[in-house]
Parts: sequence; structure tokens; C-alpha cells
Amino acid sequence: MSPNIKYRLGKSGAFKGLVIFFSVLCTIPLMLILFYIIREGITKINWNFLTNLPKPVGETGGGILNALVGSLLIVFYAALIAIPFGIMGGIYLSENKKSLLGYWVRLSVDVLQGTPSIVVGIVIYFWIVKPLGTFSALSGSIALAVMMLPIIVRSTEETLKMLPSSLKEAGLALGLPYHKVMLRIVLPCGFSGVLSGIILAVARIAGETAPLLFTAFGNPYFTTDVTKPMQSLPLLIFNYATSPYDEWHDLAWGAAFILLSWILLLNIITKITTRRWKIQF
Amino acid sequence: MENTILKAVDFDAFFGDNQVVKKVNIDIPKNNVIAVMGPSGCGKTTFLRGINRMHELIEGATTKGKMLLNGENVYDLHPIFVRHKIGMVFQRPNPFPNLSIYDNVIAGYKLNGMKIAKPDRDVIVEQSLQKAALWNEVKDSLHKKGTFLSGGQQQRLCIARAIAMEPEILLLDEPTSALDPISTSSVEVLLHELKKNYTIIIVTHNMQQAGRVSDKTAFFYMGELIEFDKTKNMFTNPKDERTQNYITGRFS
Ligand SMILES: Nc1ncnc2c1ncn2[C@@H]1O[C@H](COP(=O)(O)OP(=O)(O)OP(=O)(O)O)[C@@H](O)[C@H]1O
Ligand SMILES: [Mg+2]
Repeated sequence: MSPNIKYRLGKSGAFKGLVIFFSVLCTIPLMLILFYIIREGITKINWNFLTNLPKPVGETGGGILNALVGSLLIVFYAALIAIPFGIMGGIYLSENKKSLLGYWVRLSVDVLQGTPSIVVGIVIYFWIVKPLGTFSALSGSIALAVMMLPIIVRSTEETLKMLPSSLKEAGLALGLPYHKVMLRIVLPCGFSGVLSGIILAVARIAGETAPLLFTAFGNPYFTTDVTKPMQSLPLLIFNYATSPYDEWHDLAWGAAFILLSWILLLNIITKITTRRWKIQF
Repeated sequence: MENTILKAVDFDAFFGDNQVVKKVNIDIPKNNVIAVMGPSGCGKTTFLRGINRMHELIEGATTKGKMLLNGENVYDLHPIFVRHKIGMVFQRPNPFPNLSIYDNVIAGYKLNGMKIAKPDRDVIVEQSLQKAALWNEVKDSLHKKGTFLSGGQQQRLCIARAIAMEPEILLLDEPTSALDPISTSSVEVLLHELKKNYTIIIVTHNMQQAGRVSDKTAFFYMGELIEFDKTKNMFTNPKDERTQNYITGRFS
């Protein structure tokens, strides 16, 4: 081998090495977070932690039941609000690539995606919380729904765009009405993609704190009434971690562990659904 | 005169300003197989899609003139109604991948919200698959997804799906171009059978196929209908020079 070739092979080998090195580095932040949260959090988790309410300052023990249930409810209603809007918007965008309205919707959705969550929280505060005169879980759900919307719209759009147009034509050529073709054929064929977009959106907003600060607000007591202030995991972490009390720090660590487990789980479910429910053409 | 089921009168089709079908006048007789031939890009597909109003689904695509189905202009009727009367099979088999074989065949009814009792549905599915010469191959796997079938079987499934709706006319756009010879001949045999109940218009590039399956052939060239005659006459004694050139392979 000529030295020139050796030198070039060496360079390309070094490059491959660097690529591997940096991709390993990319996983390190997650590893550190996982390590730290697991170390601090896992010891706090037990049955009481999951089924009790927080105790007043000074008493040991106590749990996060109110935040757990609150988070589930707030996220559930947020998804309930965001899914129909998001899917309809996604269908429209996938069908109208060039229309003026399509351009406008796409632009707004992209800007919305980049809007700081605290801004969304403040706007919902002025539009819903203030006029109604009370913090409420529902206003928190609306704020989170706004955050979910762009993710669902764009993932639905991208999924449906990937489907062959022959699918739609087959339906229309059979004399099926447009809404049946879209809802019963096109959407089911893109189901795995749409669903994984929804799950990712849920994972993305499950830990959002800022939009809830002025909306759901938090609540030391247990409630399932969505017209009342409600506790949630990120709010609990925010409030308790910044408090001066060790017992509350423990609750915050435990809650952080639970929240992270959810998000991890949701991401894994997304990976599985995309693989399992992929429609074969 | 033969009994005409479909009649195009000065039919034009456009993509934006680009006219790709020009003043086509044609009388399609009932229960015949009509082959549509012509060089690539001459407007065969566009003409076919003008018949069942699929052309207008493309942005900027328009038509002019009349397309009379039993004397009624399809452009005065509701497209859904037109597409019930005029079924279509595409070049690439396109069964609904989310539905079973059974549901694919019955999709035209089910997704149109037509309520039919289960026994009647079973009959429609069986008869359509029989007519499409697919029943024996799939009768034990009716509830499997249609996309597990071979290409030729999928194409016959698409034919079954189209004839389940009892259309009067069946449009086929190069239905065998994606199929192997065995699947192709099974589809061709099928066309002979279907002729008894349906009028068939088939686009094909394959002259032997046109010779085997069709009663009459329409030759298109650059958007115009150049010649329309009995397939036998056309192949042995074409009147127009352009038809002759095409048949003898001087352009493709
Ligand atoms: N979606 C479209 N948008 C714009 N122009 C189109 C479109 N589809 C087809 N055309 C044009 O219309 C003309 C006729 O096309 P058409 O598909 O009808 O030809 P064809 O005879 O079916 O050809 P082939 O034998 O290759 O299938 C072509 O010149 C083509 O460029
Ligand atoms: Mg074509």
C-alpha cells in the first residue's frame, strides 16, 4: 500500500472513531439524569408514597397521590382537547399542500411550537383563569393542549403525506364520500404514525411546569374536580424542591422519578406502536 | 346501430392550460370490451379518468364537452353516483391495506353506509370473488388482510371490489402491467367472463392483449382519438397512417 492511501484510510478511520465517540457522548446527559434521579428517587417510592397525601411541614412520610391523579387528569383532558383539533388540522394540511390557508396553518403551528410554554400559560391565564375568576385544572389542560397541538398536527400531516395517493383514489373511485375515505381508510392506514405522534406529544407535555403555574396552580389537597385548582407532578416538584424542608425534597425526588418513568415508558410505547401497528402495503 | 352505453361528445380534458384530451367523440357499445391504445403520454389515462370523474380530483384539472352515460351527462350527476355506475381498477393493485379480503369486497357498501344483512353481504362477497376468479383461492382466508395476497390476486381482489358495486361500466387502466404472465392471463380470462354483464374499457400497451381480449380498439395519439374500429380490422387494416406506424412499432 502506498503511504498516501494509508494516510487517507487513517483519516477515514479517525473520522469514524470521532462519530462513534460523539454519539456516545450524546447519551451521557440522559444517563446522568437517569442515574441521579434513580439514586435519589427510587428509595422514596413505596406504597404509602403513591397512596397518601403530602403531610404538613415537620411530619415525615406522606405521599403524592393528589399530584399523581392530578397530572393524569390534566394530561388526559389536554389530550382529549388537542387530539381532534390536531388530527383535523393534520388531515387538512396533508390534503392541501399549496393552499393559502394551508400555508397559514402550517406557519402558525410552527410558530406555536416555538412559543415558550410560560407565554402559553400567561395567555391562558388572561383568557380563561381571570374571566372565570379561579385557577382550574381545566385551564391547565387547555394550556397543555395548546402545547400538544403542533406536535399532533405535524405528525398527522407527515404520516398521511407518506401514504400513497392510490389509497385515496381507490376509495373515491368506489364512490365513497370524502369523509369516509379520510376517516375510514386513510386515517386507519396511518394509525400507527398518528398514534405515536399523540403519545410523543403527551410525553412532551407531561412534565411541563410553566403552563400550569398560572392555570392549574397546584393544590395540597386531593381533588378530581377539574373546575378547581389541582396539583400535578411538575408543580409539586417545582414547589417542593424549592422549599427549605427535607421531607418535601424527598417528595420532589420521588415525584421526579415517577415523572421520568412515565416519559420513558411513553417513549418506549411509541417505538413499539410504530413497529407493531405498521400497515403493510 | 349497436346499443350505446357511453358516448363522449367533443370531450376535452386539461391540466391547467395544458390540453391533453382533444375533442374526443366516441360511442361505446354495451357489453363490449374496448381497448384503448396509444403511445405513452397520449392521454389514455386522462380520458379514462374523465369518464368516472376522477380527473377533476387533481388540482387544476378540468374537462369540457359531454360524457353521456345512457344519455345523461355524468358531469350533471353527482360524482358519487357516477362512480357507483362506473367502476375503476388501477394500474397498481390497491386493496385497502387496513381491511380484510372480505371487507375490501364489501367496502363500497359498508363505507357508504348501506345497511345490508349479514347473509346478503356474504352472498355479495362470494359472488364478486367468484366473478373475479378469486373465490377458490381465498375462501378459507376471507378475514386475512388483502395485502397478504400476491400481486395478481390483489388485482383480482380490486376487480371483485369494483364489481361488487354492480357497475355498468368497468374502467381498467393497464391492469396487468404490474403482473406476471400467469396472473395476467387469469385477468384476461376474467375479462371474457365479465363481458356478459359489464362494458369494459381497458387501457393497454400490449397489442397481443388487446387482440386477445377486446372487441373494438380506440387509438389515441397526442390527445386525439385517431381511429376506433373492430380490433381485427384495426390490426389488419388500419386506416390512419399514425395507427399503422404504432401497430408496426415505428413509435411506441
Ligand atoms: N397530474 C398531472 N399533472 C399535469 N400533467 C399531467 C398529469 N398527469 C398527466 N399529465 C400530462 O397529461 C398527458 C397525458 O397523460 P396520461 O397519463 O393521460 O397519458 P397516458 O396515455 O396514460 O400515458 P401512459 O401510457 O404513459 O400511461 C401527459 O403529457 C402528461 O404529461
Ligand atoms: Mg396511463
